[in-house]
Amino acid sequence: MSEIEFLNWVRGPGFQIAVIIFIAGIIIRFAEILMLGRKANLAEPKGSEMSGGLHTIVSRSFPDKSTFQRSTFTVVAGYLFHIGLFVTIFLFAPHILMFKDIFGFGWPSLPTPVVDAMAVVTIIALLAVLAHRMSDTVLKFITTKEDYLVWMLTILPLVTGYMAFHRIGMTAPTLLALHILSVELLLVVFPFTKLMHGFTFALSRWYNGAISGYRGVQS
Amino acid sequence: MTNDFKKKKSQKEQTFGDVMRSQGVSRRSFLKFCAATASMMAMSPAMIPKIAHALENARRPSVIWLSFQECTGCTESLTRAHTATIESLIFDHISLDYHHTLQAAAGHAAEEAREAAMEENYGKYLLVVDGSIPMGNPGYSTIAGISNYDMLMETAKGAAAIIAVGTCATYGGIPHANPNPTGAVSVNDLIKDKPIINVPGCPPIPVVITGVLTHFLTFGTIPELDHLGRPKVFYGQSIHDRCYRRPFYDKGLFAETFDDEGAKKGWCLYKLGCKGPTTYNACATTKWNNGTSWPIEAGHPCLGCSEPDFWDGGGFYKSLSMPTENITQTAIYTAAGAVAAGVAIGAMNKSKKNSAIAAHDKTTIDDLEK
Repeated sequence: MSEIEFLNWVRGPGFQIAVIIFIAGIIIRFAEILMLGRKANLAEPKGSEMSGGLHTIVSRSFPDKSTFQRSTFTVVAGYLFHIGLFVTIFLFAPHILMFKDIFGFGWPSLPTPVVDAMAVVTIIALLAVLAHRMSDTVLKFITTKEDYLVWMLTILPLVTGYMAFHRIGMTAPTLLALHILSVELLLVVFPFTKLMHGFTFALSRWYNGAISGYRGVQS
Repeated sequence: MTNDFKKKKSQKEQTFGDVMRSQGVSRRSFLKFCAATASMMAMSPAMIPKIAHALENARRPSVIWLSFQECTGCTESLTRAHTATIESLIFDHISLDYHHTLQAAAGHAAEEAREAAMEENYGKYLLVVDGSIPMGNPGYSTIAGISNYDMLMETAKGAAAIIAVGTCATYGGIPHANPNPTGAVSVNDLIKDKPIINVPGCPPIPVVITGVLTHFLTFGTIPELDHLGRPKVFYGQSIHDRCYRRPFYDKGLFAETFDDEGAKKGWCLYKLGCKGPTTYNACATTKWNNGTSWPIEAGHPCLGCSEPDFWDGGGFYKSLSMPTENITQTAIYTAAGAVAAGVAIGAMNKSKKNSAIAAHDKTTIDDLEK
């Protein structure tokens, strides 16, 4: 297989397979979660489930003071790489072009050098969280193989994307193909690993908030 | 050696120096050409006198040109010298003993010319091939009743080196495009025991072939090649890396359509499907039509014609970051199927849960007292 054939495969059938697994995986998992249902709460409601739930979806995005003081590093590095991922994935002109091709609409992009710098920040933040995870005894103890796999699959598209943009090490078609392939790997494992939190975070936060809301306490 | 004596030399014995002088090319312009060639091929200035000496004394090499499944665009490109440049003299200098389009002879006479050239220069002639070779059925393309495959294998045997000209000869090109109805293959798919220089492009740049010929005439060897068999001096850098519109790409300034403000200001053509980032060729530096312009300068994205399978990249106007398949449709069908599957799996889980509840035996006081 030549490098252009490889590129054509990842842009064509490879991407198609990845999207099928990604979408099917997410929908089936959501259906399973939602249809599982919850036991009816026989206690008299003291407040609204909905308002407590919605409030928590938003409020959990901001660390409270004590959490921030206790785990400053985790919060800062975590924020950095999540914002970095958002910027690099959704605000880079060639990526928006891909979304436009799929959704039928696009949105404005950030200047390329800004996205480039953000990619570097994100890579550094991800390396830092891994170093932290491996050096902290407790964190290391509770880390599973899946966590390492997920970390690897998250940083790979960033590293390959950076290499493809700056054309480092290999020929341009190979670099671009490897970048797209790394994204496809991420899409394939996404619904079946902790990466799924990208979608389920709203459900779990809502549930947490709703419990408090039902009881009429602050969520 | 007097001029009279030189004139008596047979055409085949003439050196390139003789050809030049007979065409009235001054030594000064010849040396300028040698200097330009040395710089173009990234050689040190010390090589200029060597190139001049070798070229001046180079005998006419015999060249056999085979055309298979092709459109003659490569020949059109390579013979399009608008003025009597030294580059075109290089073409005049070689003894083109067989070429369908350019030779006067036809039929058996033409084939005899090829056989005679092969016999006379066995082991020394250059073989130039344009077009792909159909392996699906030998009858898809024949010349004088000989299949392309047989003619190539027979002619390649005695060749000193092979130059595959154009994307069809180098990678199969358009005949090889999906679904490849003729089973088209490239020259280096079939020949493994000869030095092969790939000069891809649809068509390739004329100066690239003269550069390769000059190298061969000067050193008697083939230039340094990349992993796809292309001379590194011409195919060493991508269009994107040498593109004069590259600063706009780096800044994120793109033409969105062919006639918007961005297009008028000469911004990057990436969004219009430019394949420059994945294409290795010399267009951005040597340009076309005697250095007049080149596709991107004319406002059109690069098609990537010097890369394998450029025809199967999902469309010339689809940018590199776009998927080549219809992902919207794939996503809709997948979502519809997944909703059905998800509901079915959810229902199965629920019935499993219900039957587990039904099958659950409550522990009574009696049980505990047992």
